[in-house]
Amino acid sequence: MADRHPEHEHMEHDHMNIPKYLGIFMILVVGTILTYFAATVDLDFIFPGANTLLALLIAFTKMAFVMLFFMHVYWSPKLIWLSAIASFFWLAIMFAYTMQDYFTRGSGVFTG
Amino acid sequence: MQSADAIGGNVYDKPKMNYLTNGSTLKSWLLTKDHKRIALMYLISVSAFFMMGGLYAAAIRLELLTPNSDLMESGTYNKAFTQHGVLMIFFFLIPSIPAVLGNFLLPIMIGAKDLALPRINLLSLYFYWIGGGLALFALMQGGVDTGWTFYTPYSTTFSNTFVMAVGLGIFINGFSSILTGLNFIVTVHTMRAPGMTWFRLPLFVWAQYATSLVMILGTPVIAITILLLAIERVAHVGIFDPAIGGDPILFQHLFWFYSHPAVYIMILPGMGVISELISNFSRKKIFGYEFIAFSSIAIAVFGFLVWGHHMFVSGQSIYAGLVFSFLTMVVAVPSAIKMFNWTATLYKGSVSFDTPMLYAIGFMGLFLIGGLTGLFLGSIGLTVHLTDTYFVVAHFHYVMVGGQVIAYLGGIHYWWPKMTGKMYSEFWGKISAMLVFIGFNLTFFPQFILGYQGMPRRYASYPAELQVLNIFSTAGASVLGVGLVMPVVYMVHSLFYGKPAGDNPWMLPGLEWRTASPPPTENFEKMPVVTWEAYEFGEENGLDLEEAKRRDLAVVS
Ligand code: HEM
Ligand SMILES: [Cu+2]
Repeated sequence: MADRHPEHEHMEHDHMNIPKYLGIFMILVVGTILTYFAATVDLDFIFPGANTLLALLIAFTKMAFVMLFFMHVYWSPKLIWLSAIASFFWLAIMFAYTMQDYFTRGSGVFTG
Repeated sequence: MQSADAIGGNVYDKPKMNYLTNGSTLKSWLLTKDHKRIALMYLISVSAFFMMGGLYAAAIRLELLTPNSDLMESGTYNKAFTQHGVLMIFFFLIPSIPAVLGNFLLPIMIGAKDLALPRINLLSLYFYWIGGGLALFALMQGGVDTGWTFYTPYSTTFSNTFVMAVGLGIFINGFSSILTGLNFIVTVHTMRAPGMTWFRLPLFVWAQYATSLVMILGTPVIAITILLLAIERVAHVGIFDPAIGGDPILFQHLFWFYSHPAVYIMILPGMGVISELISNFSRKKIFGYEFIAFSSIAIAVFGFLVWGHHMFVSGQSIYAGLVFSFLTMVVAVPSAIKMFNWTATLYKGSVSFDTPMLYAIGFMGLFLIGGLTGLFLGSIGLTVHLTDTYFVVAHFHYVMVGGQVIAYLGGIHYWWPKMTGKMYSEFWGKISAMLVFIGFNLTFFPQFILGYQGMPRRYASYPAELQVLNIFSTAGASVLGVGLVMPVVYMVHSLFYGKPAGDNPWMLPGLEWRTASPPPTENFEKMPVVTWEAYEFGEENGLDLEEAKRRDLAVVS
């Protein structure tokens, strides 16, 4: 398969080089350290669960860097973008419909 | 293969070598990259799992012959139905049509030499073997008793069986499914022959494509769920156990987020086979091609929005229940669209009742009942009465056995001459198709009544007044069993003594019927160029029917 798109292969190699990879890696390390310190501060005064939200935000950002640069999505054709975005959309479906249960559990006229 | 001489090599050159004769060493099979050989290895493996699952089914039905738990004690019974479910769902139904028929036919139907990623295809087979082997090993060590659903806390706090080993087996097997799905999607996007536009694809291919979407979007979630289960058990992180801050219902959310879409992995490919059978054996262009194609995609997408209908009475919020109930009604629409289109296709078609068509017609009746009873179970009021009764058991067997297994059998019969070059006995084929249909109904229809009368599922004993219907059910299971074993016998027999099938025994226009039976390793002698629409029977679109008939006559005589 590889020999079917020779130009394409070259292009991908040109986008990233060792220093750039290391740069991204440093961003990920900083994110990890940030996660640690964020966890040591109690953010519940903002709203309950704010710590979790912050941790997730950092994690998502890190993941975005991995996907875009380590996994070369940034330079990929639209179809790959579509697939990547669709999987997030599906994850969002899972969270949304699960949370609809948790947010309404035991409320209203029905206490079940 | 002597046929070439029979009508003169100049008229028709049989390829010297087909995919079966191209290499006969064990290595040539185990390290093959040929999708057709991989499909055959899947066929054998999947059938072995089907038989093992069937043995458990026999044990369950025997136990239920009498009201008391006399053949097995409850603990053993729990293991019997769990292992039946695990083997049947994860190791038979999910791979059945995609990995066997899809693998064999998808590249041929789109005019490709192979799947886009042949090595990945082989890898998926090995994942399947490793996962299946691990699961079998765990079953021999002592098995599991949680139900195929692995609900917490049965699978965590109160577990005393080999949950993690079986879980790991399913985890690994999941990668086999993901790789197959990925491969099909890439193949359909990149490997279509010249002229094979999206809307000329056979509907079987559309169905495989939709199934693949579900496989790659859903399967990672079950893998992660099993991983979370392992993390809680090993590291005592509170995920599902309320005592350490978890929620057991969360397990059900995650499990059904995969497993409801997974029931569509278990029916969409079957629907694809039925579309082929109905159109081809009515010798009529399928009614509403685009509707059937898009309804497959719609099922794949909307199937992800209804999982909560398995949790109506499990403590899920009633508001969530309302939403899921509504969406469940919506997701039945695309299935209904298919049913209407198939029926319209039959209307004024020149229908022939060969064995595969008998299965297709059986499918239409059984899936209709299975799908409609799903709606009963999806209505938020009625379900309270029916949940966890035999009504549910009957419902899902009508869709999974009456749907997918019947479609699988129909497909195997239909494409058998292509896969092996041999024709099975039509007489025995018809007998067994009818036995399967009768045995199936006798087994599972009484279970609707039993469930409605309140017989709960997953118990080894039941009140004495329910015995008569249970006896019917067990009797039916024996008929069904005979009907399912018969094909094994006459199909294997046909391998050695069957008449040569010829390239196009059913006289059909599809691409797979325009190459040799069995096909050569590279599928076609030269790259086909598609100039006709799918299911276009008008003058058989470029297929010289007279010529094909003459050729096949020469082969048979
Ligand atoms: C017309 C579409 C369908 C609808 C509306 C539907 C609805 C439902 C509902 C509401 C339940 C939950 C019953 C309960 O536990 O109270 C259920 C169970 C089930 N359905 Fe369906 N269903 C449909 C099609 C299918 C198909 C196509 C399959 C598989 C090929 C399937 C397999 C199952 C299985 C395996 C269960 C039982 C799961 C368990 O608890 O072990 N269903 N269905
Ligand atoms: Cu469901």
